[in-house]
Amino acid sequence: MFDKIFPYLLAGVSVGGQYALIAVGYTMVYGILRLINFAHGDIFTAAGFFMVYISATMPLYLAIPLVTVLTVALGFTVERVAYKPLRTAPRMSIMISAIGVSYLLQNLMWYITGGLAKQYPVLPWISDSITLGSASTKVVTIVTPILTIVLVTALVMLIQRTKIGMAMRAVSKDFETAELMGIKINSVISTTFIIGSFLAAVGSMLYFTNYTTVTPTIGAMPGLKAFVAAVFGGIGSIPGAVVGAFIIGIAENLIRAMGYTTFSDAFTFALLILILLVKPTGLFGEKTSEKV
Amino acid sequence: MSENVLHVENITMQFGGVVAINNLSMDINKGEIVALIGPNGAGKTTAFNCVTGVYEPTNGLVSFNGEVIVRNHPSGKMKKLYAGQNADKYPEKPVSHTPDQITRRGIARTFQNIRLFKSQSVFNNVLIATHLRRTSNVFTATFRLNAREEKRMREETLELLKIVGLDGLKDELATSLPYGQQRRLEIVRALATKPKLLLLDEPAAGMNPQETDELGQFICQIKDRFDLTVFLIEHHMNLVMDISDRIYVIDFGKQIAEGTPAEVQNNPAVIAAYLGVDESEEKEAGA
Amino acid sequence: MKKNTKTIVNLVLLALLFLAVWVIERTSSASSMLITVLKKGAIYALIAVSMNLLNGFTGLFSLGQAGFMLVGAYTYAVLTIPVAKRVAVYQMYAGGAIHFQLPWLVGILLAGAVAALFAALIGYPVLRLKSDYLAIATLGFAEIIRAIIQYEKLGPITNGSLLLKTYPTFKSTLFPFAAAAICIGIIVLLINSTYGRAFKAIRDDEIAAEAMGINLFRHKQMAFIISSFFAGVGGALLAMYQGTLQANAFKAAMTYEILLIVVIGGMGSVTGSVLASFLFIACSEWWLRFLDAEQFIGSFQVPLLRSGFRMVVFSVVIMIVVLFFRRGIMGDKEFDVEGISKWCRRKFGKGGAKA
Repeated sequence: MFDKIFPYLLAGVSVGGQYALIAVGYTMVYGILRLINFAHGDIFTAAGFFMVYISATMPLYLAIPLVTVLTVALGFTVERVAYKPLRTAPRMSIMISAIGVSYLLQNLMWYITGGLAKQYPVLPWISDSITLGSASTKVVTIVTPILTIVLVTALVMLIQRTKIGMAMRAVSKDFETAELMGIKINSVISTTFIIGSFLAAVGSMLYFTNYTTVTPTIGAMPGLKAFVAAVFGGIGSIPGAVVGAFIIGIAENLIRAMGYTTFSDAFTFALLILILLVKPTGLFGEKTSEKV
Repeated sequence: MSENVLHVENITMQFGGVVAINNLSMDINKGEIVALIGPNGAGKTTAFNCVTGVYEPTNGLVSFNGEVIVRNHPSGKMKKLYAGQNADKYPEKPVSHTPDQITRRGIARTFQNIRLFKSQSVFNNVLIATHLRRTSNVFTATFRLNAREEKRMREETLELLKIVGLDGLKDELATSLPYGQQRRLEIVRALATKPKLLLLDEPAAGMNPQETDELGQFICQIKDRFDLTVFLIEHHMNLVMDISDRIYVIDFGKQIAEGTPAEVQNNPAVIAAYLGVDESEEKEAGA
Repeated sequence: MKKNTKTIVNLVLLALLFLAVWVIERTSSASSMLITVLKKGAIYALIAVSMNLLNGFTGLFSLGQAGFMLVGAYTYAVLTIPVAKRVAVYQMYAGGAIHFQLPWLVGILLAGAVAALFAALIGYPVLRLKSDYLAIATLGFAEIIRAIIQYEKLGPITNGSLLLKTYPTFKSTLFPFAAAAICIGIIVLLINSTYGRAFKAIRDDEIAAEAMGINLFRHKQMAFIISSFFAGVGGALLAMYQGTLQANAFKAAMTYEILLIVVIGGMGSVTGSVLASFLFIACSEWWLRFLDAEQFIGSFQVPLLRSGFRMVVFSVVIMIVVLFFRRGIMGDKEFDVEGISKWCRRKFGKGGAKA
């Protein structure tokens, strides 16, 4: 019994780590802008395509940093072009803008690739196969959770210990007051998007090493799931997002193991609706109430 | 002794560890104008919010015309955290209502920061407030089987607007009105719900002395005309002293005085806590 | 203008519109692009208006529209496939589990009713959530519905992930026009009723609306159910238009498209949504088609033009609208006779006075 489930469990931990890296981007942006960045999943996909095209022309040791830089630049640009002008607009407008960006990125990627699935390059070492007990898997499966924990720990340290981290915390608590205290809102927001995109780039390298093909809409589902993970853990909370992501990753693979593959996506959303009903602020969320 | 309209008993409102209102009790009788005053952050609006169902107080009881509309005792997490008094006085099942249910019972309110329906005309702002007395359902309303009711709603609205002299502006966008008239509109909108008790949260905020005077007259006028009881929060002392029958003074969520305007004015606790010890006096005392 | 005159003028205009559609249909070939745009545009207009009722008029940011359309479309298709043809459709499932056929009108009404029922069920938990959680929960619901419909064990009813076909469809362009006109008409009546005013009050200020005695949850639920009813009807019409039906087409992207139509038309404007629907469909199906084909001027190949470019241009235009023309075509105003006459007076009245 355990031998049968073990490979799924392993896959769950791995995909959970990849979701976690995306989820952190969602939860940070939400924490600061109160915006569901619908385009985040597409930035993740774009990172995949960057790698496909760049690795075709240059060696991987150049391609990997370049892909990261490009992804970060894309995230930064999206924020500057599509979200910054709407800073004072109602929240619904900025959410619509996010949906518009997602639509644009997907169409753009479809146009550039001609809508065909592209083969993701084989990254050395992490694509190697190893055998763990009853399961044969790629090294990436083991690397992902470790790398995720390391990166997230670094991020939490950054937020707790550095000046920019303090500014981020201030902005997420109270946007306007933080601005009045002389915090440069725009650079804080940009930093948030840069970190989010960086993690999405790392996440995409790990994810596509597992799933090997990139299509223009492939990021939508992991993106949504990562968001659900962020909500599940309590939106705005980074450890929450990570825990949520691992739970969702593992749970959906266990559902696959039971033979209900059709429902693995639906399950995530059922879980979301359930958590919103039982504890709307998520596992680690703080309670907020509107002032009358 | 005239009959009691609003009875507030031992209300405590605690947010986490912060006690915003501490064991507050008040009584308002029919036909009175009662003011609730206190320094900024004393918990006046919070008190209103407890009465109107926006907040659920941690402990205490509120009844309106003899009916208990709010009752609660500390429970769950609050049981340990609770820092107020009378924790065991209301062990019965908690009673709570949403703001709309309370409005339907006859308590209407205005807001400290004006909350008009921004995209709607002056007329529609008031018309919307007649919705709660509808007898039509969504089907009959959609297919215009409620023509008589609709006509009545519109007539009532127009009449109310005429009374306050806003009928000439009825097609203007509510937010395009000057500030003072927006305040007035908010009061009229509250009146359209046909309340028995009207709660006004700083109705004269941002008004000049002349406008404040007019507002005072207006409040007395509508009180008589619609047979209301009025409970207001206000910072303009002239207005408060002019129109109130009685005044409650709170500070840090606690009642520090109660009485007629004259009594309150001469109450040393009020002068010290509310009006503050004058800085020059302080210096003199120190010297 | 008197209210009665206004109604009469509007009805006359509507009649003229139908006449125009009828004439167009008579004079152009059935496969012409114009006809396609008119048919699909009318259906999308209904769906967009139903979404606007929620997002634009009640201020509920819901992204479940595709899910409700899917429910409506499947309800219609499953119940109206002729008994004789079921064996062919449900090849994998031995003719399916349903052995009767309902008339198309009943099918359409049930499509709305079942979608509304689903809305009532999910609305109960979901509508208590704050705006953005509502968006993600409704989006999630649409995904769940799609997964359930494609579930193999439900195959005898939904045909799993295979096509549904041979259910009754329409030929005349007037049919979707009439259906959409009736439904949109009902929505307009609702919006202008006392309930519609309450919806708008909730949109403008929830706290004030509640203080005016409006039961937030009940009214939100009402808007949600009614919107879903018409989304279900719209889904049924879309199924009729397409002739075949597959759950896979009703993805989140479809909801996004409809949302963007609503935004382009103007949140809170029925006529805006209608105009934007026709524009959107015309652009995506017809006017911008040339962008997808490689073009030569002499021997010079126009750069960029190839498959997919249309959608890129299209999404850029949408982003421009979202960022710079946030109020859309109509804002929250309506395109009606009164508006036009006022506009004319303002535009030309001044010149007339001078002359």
